[in-house]
Amino acid sequence: MEPPADAHITVRNLTMAYGDFIIQRDLNFTINRGDIFIIMGGSGCGKSTLMRHLVGLKAPRAGQVLYGGESYWDSDPAQQHHLKRRFGVMYQSGALWSSMTLAENIALLLEQYTDLGPEQIRRVATLKLALVGLRGFEDFYPAEISGGMQKRAGIARAMALDPEILFFDEPSAGLDPISAKNLDDLILELRESLGTTMVIVTHELASIFAIGSNSVFLDPETKTMITTGNPHTLLKECGNPKVRAFLTRGAA
Amino acid sequence: MRYHEGKQTIGNERNSIETGGMMEQARLIVTPGGNGLLFQLSGSWMLQGGVPDIDEALQRLRAAGVVKLVTFDCAAVSGWDSGLLTWLLALAEYCKEHGIRVDSSGLPAGVDRLLALARAVPARKGAQRTEGKRSLLSDVGNDAIDALRITGEFMDFFGETILALLKMLRGRAVYRRSDLWQIMQDAGVRALPIVSLVSFLVGLILAYVGSIQLQNFGAGIYVADLVGIAMIREMAAIMTGIIMAGRTGASYAAELGSMNVNEEIDAFQTCGFSPMEFLVLPRMLALMLMMPLLAVYADLMGILGGAVVAVAVLDLTWLEYFIQLTKAVSLADFFVGICMAVVFGNIVAVIGCLNGIRCGRNSQAVGMATTSAVVSAIVMIVIASAVLTVIFDVLGI
Repeated sequence: MEPPADAHITVRNLTMAYGDFIIQRDLNFTINRGDIFIIMGGSGCGKSTLMRHLVGLKAPRAGQVLYGGESYWDSDPAQQHHLKRRFGVMYQSGALWSSMTLAENIALLLEQYTDLGPEQIRRVATLKLALVGLRGFEDFYPAEISGGMQKRAGIARAMALDPEILFFDEPSAGLDPISAKNLDDLILELRESLGTTMVIVTHELASIFAIGSNSVFLDPETKTMITTGNPHTLLKECGNPKVRAFLTRGAA
Repeated sequence: MRYHEGKQTIGNERNSIETGGMMEQARLIVTPGGNGLLFQLSGSWMLQGGVPDIDEALQRLRAAGVVKLVTFDCAAVSGWDSGLLTWLLALAEYCKEHGIRVDSSGLPAGVDRLLALARAVPARKGAQRTEGKRSLLSDVGNDAIDALRITGEFMDFFGETILALLKMLRGRAVYRRSDLWQIMQDAGVRALPIVSLVSFLVGLILAYVGSIQLQNFGAGIYVADLVGIAMIREMAAIMTGIIMAGRTGASYAAELGSMNVNEEIDAFQTCGFSPMEFLVLPRMLALMLMMPLLAVYADLMGILGGAVVAVAVLDLTWLEYFIQLTKAVSLADFFVGICMAVVFGNIVAVIGCLNGIRCGRNSQAVGMATTSAVVSAIVMIVIASAVLTVIFDVLGI
């Protein structure tokens, strides 16, 4: 079965496990080009673990993750390395390299993967930081800026190489409502202007409805996905009580 | 005797204040009524003052025969907190198991709701961790399996470092040159003061202990041989190795461990950098280059320490000491010491980095990784030095 033409990431029969402990089984969904795809579900259902599988940090117990038409886990290391260059990841805490300044964090990727000279690299790093509202913070170390700024710097680093896909692990966790809203706006803006596919792990309802165009809902009890689709459509049409309760904060 | 009496009075006074004064003792009266039991609670049901034992109440329930209903009268309760709640929760659990209805209308306002909240979600099955009794045999077995697994992990990791090293020799490893310089400086120059102090004193101690024996034979001059050979062949490398295990190995484990906690190592991986090349390789290189240099420096400091004793205690001249030393020590001895230093540097770096990268994702794990890095590095240094000594002996070096 060939994935549809505009499918960017296809997950087939994915089963995730730590040792003998199954996290989720039989996941099947497709992320299309330009989607803002939300991975949602209650705490402990394996959202972040799913992301670790998608970005190549953890090998699945069974099943496949396909980028375009290529299966990540069936590729050789060189091919995997090539696929990795097509996506950027923002970790929950930012995960900036603490021994380097913000500019160096971004420059490291550019030095490694482009032929730009030091002056140009510096300019690109400044631009990426400016895009996330951190102009003038080039020479700050991660420990010297606030948690929200670290997250934004994490996004700037994830965008360093203009990736086709951006992954976000709980971008708005631990942020005040205004910063969370600004981050949502930033994600929308980047999608509009760059056409990047976004995959976001979150359980913030406000974000889910504000930016999500597609989603998958994981259930910790049955250990599999319940449904997939646009969150607004799910709210209107999905008959599953767990999904409805989640999307309405238990009101319906 | 008088003292004892006095103490008792004080104790009684305090007791009377607690029960009769501010805090009234919690009391329970159980009376049968209809087909049920009425629990009459009075006084202060607080953790501080102590609440009646739950077993007492359960005993009354059991003794009462067939009970269908439990009711409460709490009109005389002057105060309550978690003490009352835990007591009630245990009672309610018992009643549920035995099909006894609990009428909670007589409970103080709020207690009922908290009780309902505590019982809303049933205990998750299998979540409570109770460790079964383990036998000595199974402990030994588990430890053996663990030891095998750890050895396997170490071998894996060591193999990967060799691969990374080969890749670097072919000029294809990805790491930052500036990192390497920084790490070399940290492991090298910054370690000089402590290496100076320790090796100077080790040389001094060796010479002092030796001089007492050698003087008996009037052979004080041989203290130069003793200090020279011991320092250059073994002691300088071992002492530097142990210092570096505590200083640098621990810092590698802690640094990489917290990077792991902070997902920084994941970030390296998803950005296509191999942590092995980017983080471990520069540290291993730095220590393998710096350790021999430090060992040579330690040789000099140790010899100097020996010289001080030779001059001060044995009345030798500086010149006599150094001439005797050059006669005693060969280039082969020097080579043995350098060889050991390189091996020890490798051990400290690999074990430090391994513990850091394999570290769990919490702060306690970082502490454990650091401890384990230092302890296993020191053990490995001692073992390796024994093995190398035997090998060199067999080779006749």
